Amino acid sequence: MSTDLDALYQEIILDHYKNPHHKGLREPFEAEVHHVNPTCGDEVTLRVHLEDGPNGQRVGDVSYDALGCSISQASASVLTDLVIGRQVDEAMAIHDEFLTLMQGKGQVEPDEEVLEDGVAFAGVAKFPARIKCALLSWMAWKDATTTAQLEEAQ
Amino acid sequence: MEGLLPDLDVVRKDFPILARVLADGRPLIYLDSANTSQKPQVVIDTMVDHLERHNANIARAMHQLGAEATAAYEDARDKVAAFIGAPDRDEVVFTKNITEGLNLLANTLAWPGPHQVGPGDEIVITEMEHHSNIVPWQLLCERTGATLRWFGLTDDGRLDLSNVDELINERTKVVSLVWVSNMLGTINPVGEIARRAHEVGALVMLDAAQAAPQLPIDLASMPDDERPDLLGFTGHKVVGPTGVGVLWGRRSLLDQLPPFLGGGEMIETVTMEKSTYAPVPHKFEAGTPPIVEAVGLGAAVDYLSVLGMDNVHRHEQAITAYALEGLQAVPGLRVLGPTDATQRGGAISFEIPGVHPHDVATVLDTRGIAVRAGHHCAKPAHARFGVQSSTRMSSYLYTTPAEIDALVEGLEYTRSYFGLS
Repeated sequence: MSTDLDALYQEIILDHYKNPHHKGLREPFEAEVHHVNPTCGDEVTLRVHLEDGPNGQRVGDVSYDALGCSISQASASVLTDLVIGRQVDEAMAIHDEFLTLMQGKGQVEPDEEVLEDGVAFAGVAKFPARIKCALLSWMAWKDATTTAQLEEAQ
Repeated sequence: MEGLLPDLDVVRKDFPILARVLADGRPLIYLDSANTSQKPQVVIDTMVDHLERHNANIARAMHQLGAEATAAYEDARDKVAAFIGAPDRDEVVFTKNITEGLNLLANTLAWPGPHQVGPGDEIVITEMEHHSNIVPWQLLCERTGATLRWFGLTDDGRLDLSNVDELINERTKVVSLVWVSNMLGTINPVGEIARRAHEVGALVMLDAAQAAPQLPIDLASMPDDERPDLLGFTGHKVVGPTGVGVLWGRRSLLDQLPPFLGGGEMIETVTMEKSTYAPVPHKFEAGTPPIVEAVGLGAAVDYLSVLGMDNVHRHEQAITAYALEGLQAVPGLRVLGPTDATQRGGAISFEIPGVHPHDVATVLDTRGIAVRAGHHCAKPAHARFGVQSSTRMSSYLYTTPAEIDALVEGLEYTRSYFGLS
């Protein structure tokens, strides 16, 4: 029994849960979104700051305030570690990789090169009820980033 | 233990799913009955038999099967009427669920008629309602200009009745409230509130989704001024199938309300210009109804009546008292709602500071224990107690003390798994 449970609650996840990275809402930001998981009430408010880099737009900062379970909190923390400082297109590719892992029903082998601490969430894909927890902040980040890019384009 | 159903082992054998073995060979410990109850073999068999031998559309098929199906459907109505002590069997309307029953009322009150709601009128609900008894009234108020008001809650999870005379006043058109809370478990003093509402001429709607499974209900024997005008519940929480619910309403009121959905079955005659409507209950049963589901519900309420709702209620109280005692022995655990088992139903929501309800539910699930985690469709009630979500265990007539022991042990394990000392 605890094999499955330990696969879900990897040490890395519990560490991020207890000591979340980049938590709190910060200035400056171009877009702020509020996402909820209607079935359980988990919530995240997430801000994105984009900045111009030598090779195009970069993720300058991702700040957030979140209420929810260990999986959703840890996932937000890992997300910020992975995307802050990256080119936006690189960060989007990481997002897609994480999404594929979560939707892979436990059959997808995660790429540690790309997902780093995110590989710890591989076990979540085997708990259908928890996948939305892991994806909450990622969906919010994509939404905020797209919104920020649209704002800029206008 | 005093109060348990006699022959509980035998009763449990009526529910085939209780023999399920889950992952890792864990026996199922089902503590999510407030969400949906499990089904006895007799309900399953009745539905299969109907589909295998009697299936036809009702009230229109001019053949033997049509007659049998119609008889089975109307027989189910008689059984439901007997189950709640309805003064008149034609006052029992089959709906999809209680949500539809509440929406039926909230919608029909928007249209012209003796009970039409308009600007200046007030609708009164409570802060402990399920979303299904909040949102339809918000919609009605948005559409008509009426004002939504509500009873607040006390710290121990009861209705705050201190301002009842101000809250229910001559502007009040409807008081719609839950009999037994799905989150706090509180049993509300619905007779007292109905009396006050009737003094000012307001209609009273009772959400009996959690009451019907647990409390004996006898509408006919209630004092006239304490009897609600309408009462709804859902089939799948009273050991019946999903897809069917019940809205009981006082005949004179149902006659006055305009139709909700238009279509086949609810008419008397139709011309291209205008239609006239069938008498109740058919006026509110447009289209082909959930026939086999209603038949299954008839078998379900019969099953409960054979066990005896007094016995079911006593069993729930005994298990709930035992669970409250066990839960409160878990360090740090806080029960949301009354802690006196005689004043509450079998749904117990709680929080364990330091472990999110989702994480609690997942750890319990790996031990075969099914509970609910989240806001239980009662976000305002959670907000009232300063929590975003909670874990909820809910027992039923088949729950054993040993299952409660397993829950308490599972919660202790959860605490240690997440490093709480």
